[in-house]
Amino acid sequence: MSGPSKKAPAGPESFAFSAENQARIEALVAKYPEGRQASAVLPLLDLAQRECGGWLPRAAMDHVAELLSMAPIRVYEVATFYTMFNLRPVGAHFVQVCTTTPCWLCGSNEVVRAVRETLGIGPGETTEDGKFTVTEVECLGACVNAPMIQINDDYYEDLDFDRTKKLLEALQRGETPTPGSQTGRRYGAPQSGPKTLLATASGKGKA
Amino acid sequence: MLRDEDRIFTNLYGQEDSGLAGARKRGDWQNTKTLLEMGRDGIIQAIKDSGLRGRGGAGFGAGLKWSFMPKEVGAKPHYLVVNADESEPGTCKDRDIMRNDPHKLLEGCLIAGFAMAAHACYIYIRGEFIREAERLQAAIDEAYEAGLIGKNACKSGWDFDIYLHRGAGAYICGEETGLLESLEGKKGQPRLKPPFPANAGLYGCPTTVNNVETIAVAPEILRRGPEWFAGIGRENNTGTKLFCISGHVNEPCLVEEAMGISLRDLIETHAGGVRGGWDNLLAVIPGGSSVPVLPKSICDTVLMDFDSLKEVKSGLGTAAVIVMDKSTDIVKAIARLAKFYMHESCGQCTPCREGTGWMWRVMERLVKGEAQINEIDMLEEVTYEVEGHTICALGDAAAWPIQGLIRHFRPELERRIHERQVGGDTEAA
Amino acid sequence: MPKMMINGQEVEVEAGITVLQACEQVGIEIPRFCYHERLSIAGNCRMCLVEMERSPKPVASCAMPVAEGMVIHTNTPMVEKARKGVMEFLLINHPLDCPICDQGGECDLQDQAMTYGFDRSRFAENKRAVEDKELGPLVKTIMTRCIHCTRCIRFAEEIAGVSVLGATGRGEHMEIDTYVEQTVNTEVSGNLVDLCPVGALTSKPYAFTARSWELRKTESIDVLDAVGSAIRVDSRDREVMRVLPRLNEDVNEEWINDKTRHACDGLRRQRLDQPYIRRKGKLEPASWNEAFAAIAAKLKGLSGERIAAIAGDLADCESMLALKDLMAGLGSPHLDCRQNGAAVDPGQPASYRFNTTIAGIEAADACLLIGTNPRWEAALVNTRLRKRHRMGGFQVAAIGPAIDLTYPVENLGDSPKVLEALVAGRHPFAEALKKASQPMLILGEGALAREDGPAILGLAHKLAEATGMVGEKWNGFNVLALAASRVGGLDLGFAPAKGGRDVSAILEGAGKGEIEAVYLLGADEIDMGRLGKAFVIYQGHHGDAGANRADVILPGATYTEKSATYVNLEGRVQRTNLAVFPPGDAREDWAILRALSAVLDKQLPYDSLTQLRERLAGANPVFATEDVVEGAPWGKFGGSGAVKDAPFVYPIANFYMTDPISRVSPTMAACTEAFVLPARGKTGTDG
Repeated sequence: MSGPSKKAPAGPESFAFSAENQARIEALVAKYPEGRQASAVLPLLDLAQRECGGWLPRAAMDHVAELLSMAPIRVYEVATFYTMFNLRPVGAHFVQVCTTTPCWLCGSNEVVRAVRETLGIGPGETTEDGKFTVTEVECLGACVNAPMIQINDDYYEDLDFDRTKKLLEALQRGETPTPGSQTGRRYGAPQSGPKTLLATASGKGKA
Repeated sequence: MLRDEDRIFTNLYGQEDSGLAGARKRGDWQNTKTLLEMGRDGIIQAIKDSGLRGRGGAGFGAGLKWSFMPKEVGAKPHYLVVNADESEPGTCKDRDIMRNDPHKLLEGCLIAGFAMAAHACYIYIRGEFIREAERLQAAIDEAYEAGLIGKNACKSGWDFDIYLHRGAGAYICGEETGLLESLEGKKGQPRLKPPFPANAGLYGCPTTVNNVETIAVAPEILRRGPEWFAGIGRENNTGTKLFCISGHVNEPCLVEEAMGISLRDLIETHAGGVRGGWDNLLAVIPGGSSVPVLPKSICDTVLMDFDSLKEVKSGLGTAAVIVMDKSTDIVKAIARLAKFYMHESCGQCTPCREGTGWMWRVMERLVKGEAQINEIDMLEEVTYEVEGHTICALGDAAAWPIQGLIRHFRPELERRIHERQVGGDTEAA
Repeated sequence: MPKMMINGQEVEVEAGITVLQACEQVGIEIPRFCYHERLSIAGNCRMCLVEMERSPKPVASCAMPVAEGMVIHTNTPMVEKARKGVMEFLLINHPLDCPICDQGGECDLQDQAMTYGFDRSRFAENKRAVEDKELGPLVKTIMTRCIHCTRCIRFAEEIAGVSVLGATGRGEHMEIDTYVEQTVNTEVSGNLVDLCPVGALTSKPYAFTARSWELRKTESIDVLDAVGSAIRVDSRDREVMRVLPRLNEDVNEEWINDKTRHACDGLRRQRLDQPYIRRKGKLEPASWNEAFAAIAAKLKGLSGERIAAIAGDLADCESMLALKDLMAGLGSPHLDCRQNGAAVDPGQPASYRFNTTIAGIEAADACLLIGTNPRWEAALVNTRLRKRHRMGGFQVAAIGPAIDLTYPVENLGDSPKVLEALVAGRHPFAEALKKASQPMLILGEGALAREDGPAILGLAHKLAEATGMVGEKWNGFNVLALAASRVGGLDLGFAPAKGGRDVSAILEGAGKGEIEAVYLLGADEIDMGRLGKAFVIYQGHHGDAGANRADVILPGATYTEKSATYVNLEGRVQRTNLAVFPPGDAREDWAILRALSAVLDKQLPYDSLTQLRERLAGANPVFATEDVVEGAPWGKFGGSGAVKDAPFVYPIANFYMTDPISRVSPTMAACTEAFVLPARGKTGTDG
């Protein structure tokens, strides 16, 4: 009497970790005391998601549950609670636009507009070729470099309409743009260069 | 302005090598063994004497918190857990500690862990910080390699393990018991207190949860002496603090400054001033999204520390300063935060689960003036029905920004409603 | 014992309890939704907030332990405001569908809204709608009504031991869910409905059939297994509408199993509502006088040696005693109440009772299951075993096919030879039993209803003695009776008299023609094909196997239609009460026997139920007691022969269909379809 819910696509019938990941799993589980292997559920789901191309089919969740001796429902609860787990397939470039107040103040609307214009899709959509999925997310913690987006594992910061467009076009061409500030800023230092830490040895570094 | 020699995070902007060699050059890991020789009580006393208050938002005395751990280790091991789930909108300070000055954090972990008789430390980093986690893991690996942590850490005789644990996208895991639940492999739903983590925390064992910045400043405090730290800032609000200045300033930035610096000074000295000048300022959220917004009139004079901001019914929070100039749709800015809290409510307890959605929906209508005047009062009442009635502080955090808005910008809310009512026909057409 | 102040009154309370419990002890009721005393504390509904001095915020009284010097207020403006606020939040997204909600009239939310609710809603937004979930044939979901108290999740996880329910998603999108469509596969799922404080989980079979205020409520006892769960029978007119649990801490706490609860729709199907006589091979309706005359024609003048009686699983003590007395009057020694032939010793109550008692399980620290599947044979005994497991320090092992009992069980193999090894001390678990301070064993009737049953009983007896299970204050030897009639029948001596035949010998005699007449008192579980040419009188309430074979049918009453005495597996005497009258010409069973006895000129010496009960108490003083268990004396019992290697087979093939009532229940049929048949398709599962 069990079958996949209509909420999530079924995905493959079965799932097993690659040999390489199996070795990683051992190391991951070993971080936690004996009998506390459930602690590794987030990292294991993350690994599984990476192996499945960016989303978590049910078979992968069930496999993780089995590996960690958890009831499957406890894994489903976790997978549906944390936003980084995708329960349906996403494009190769998973574009997450932060629109929370600090980014919004600095022009995240323009970023969303650039995404729409360049990719032809809005939040929650995937391009027809399956290469890009766009989503709107809550604060990603890079607020002094707002507005910003996260694409897969990297942050792209200090964006505006043009810089967003340029970035996405580079991805469309198959290039690998440099992550971080798109205006050449150094981390959280002011755009014009550090105003502090100048006297220390470190202050002499390039701005 | 704070003198550079009083700054703790000397590689904040990543000008230098963030690795062990660079860290050593900047003084980290210098005499750690000597610091540990101060003993558990000595370290805790020094931290108490420095006046260090938690840097994660609540501002609880760090030394006092460490002293809550059982004096003797019983059957259950002690744990130090570092809260690196930096997710409070406006806040991005721990991120740069972890990627540019990770060894400060690691050395702090050893010292704090030793002070609370913990042999193991988990650093819970927010899941989206993937590159930051890689940097921090590299630093952990280096530290193990160099014998600074692990068996007989720094040759102190104390065994100390540090494990990095990545989250997976949930603001609520920044709440310490939500974090512990998450670390145990569950949904990040905050726990009922009591019991408090110092009695029953991770895996039911005595645990202290501290913010990254709180832990990372500890070694420098011990090295320079508590009186040095206590000598910066004002009484009960001592030391230096990382400020994240975002929004409508000419040069948004992260900077370490003295506690108690005036808000205006902070913005003008470090962030290039408000866009269009100080007089173009509308309002500032001084401590991350959870604290009530302040209108310009208060911003003119207010000092940036726990007690000064509390006096004006706001808070220092994470010291994330979100600046809004006069072009800002202040109602929309706060409505967006209401949406944030609705999205991040764990859903466990009634007032937060139901109240955050209700508040956001009313806020959205207020943005457009689609409301009755009495709904402003009703909304305010709803915020007080949420505040103080939830399991964790997220309910309060969701209520406060709206309370701040109504407190300081009620005329703006009323204006929109009136305009909508008067011009309703025109707008509708 | 901490002293504290509650609403200005100084009280001394037990340490370790919560503020909510302390308030209850002084008679102050605290509203709550998520709190349930038998579940872990969730503290999520926030309805039970109270003011605690020196705390700036109100505290959840359900989760706050009492402490010396604590000052609590439950009637201040702060508390009032908190509760009204929580109530408002609970109602904003709750549909206003009380008039069509089956929970209406017995809904915690409805009741508390009367006290704490506003008279109108200030919520101007759209209400949330939530997709319903499919939880199988018993539990209906209307998830939009859910208030997320998580009682159901905690019950499934903690009490039932099936981790299938969870809360997926978060914030206002949090839903109680199984995530993947699956039934809640537990024998106690009906309790989810009782626990749900609103109408989110309601009874599927009962849906839209009655309103709670139309029902007549009769306190009674369940007889569909030997546990004797306390129940309340809710009826309207002549129909039983539903069965609910009553509290009995010693037996069922406040739970009942799904058969107890939901087989009641079998009470009105296939009923025998008038006497029948077989004429020319066909059963034809008859009057009582005709039926009695037909019996008299057969029995009068027949030697008692050629007459036998078998009592079925649902038979009550009054009618069994009446039949026993009648058989004595007819001179027959051939009577038995063990349809399955379980080799217990009728003369030794300790050999057929659950001596540890159900509540006593909580004091045991090791347990051996022998040829029994308690999950299906006595679901609430299994629930208690699971409760004991959750308390920690409880080692359980089993001899029998491996099955999931909802708690960890070490399987020692499925052959009786393992038992031999244990007795001989050749098995490591024998050591575990010896080391335990209060070890117990549970011997299934399935293990006794085999050819080597007496030897197995003997081995279990030896094991109990060898491992220190029986002492002054502890008796860890238990037989798990399968039928409600069993212990009572044996207590009143419904067993072969001197020179009498047991069930197996009666059937053998009937087959050979040595037994010419057999009286079946609701006996449906024997092999009717072995009755040969015997004249069969069937007294009972359902057209099941016995009625099918009968030459004369005397229509009796079900347990909901009579006041009758039953003894549960522990030896606890309890009584059912009449909730509705028997249908048609059907009559109370003892009265049928009393009337028949007069026709047979063997008139029984009692004219009323009271007189009959006095006679019961005379037959065995246990019947003078009610709802208590007095320990049975330990003695020698059991045989000594060799046991066979043939594996134990659990006697119940389908939990949902074990008796004439549940076999005709449409709900039990649906459960069979949903839970039992799919499992049979797989290997290694129950049944």
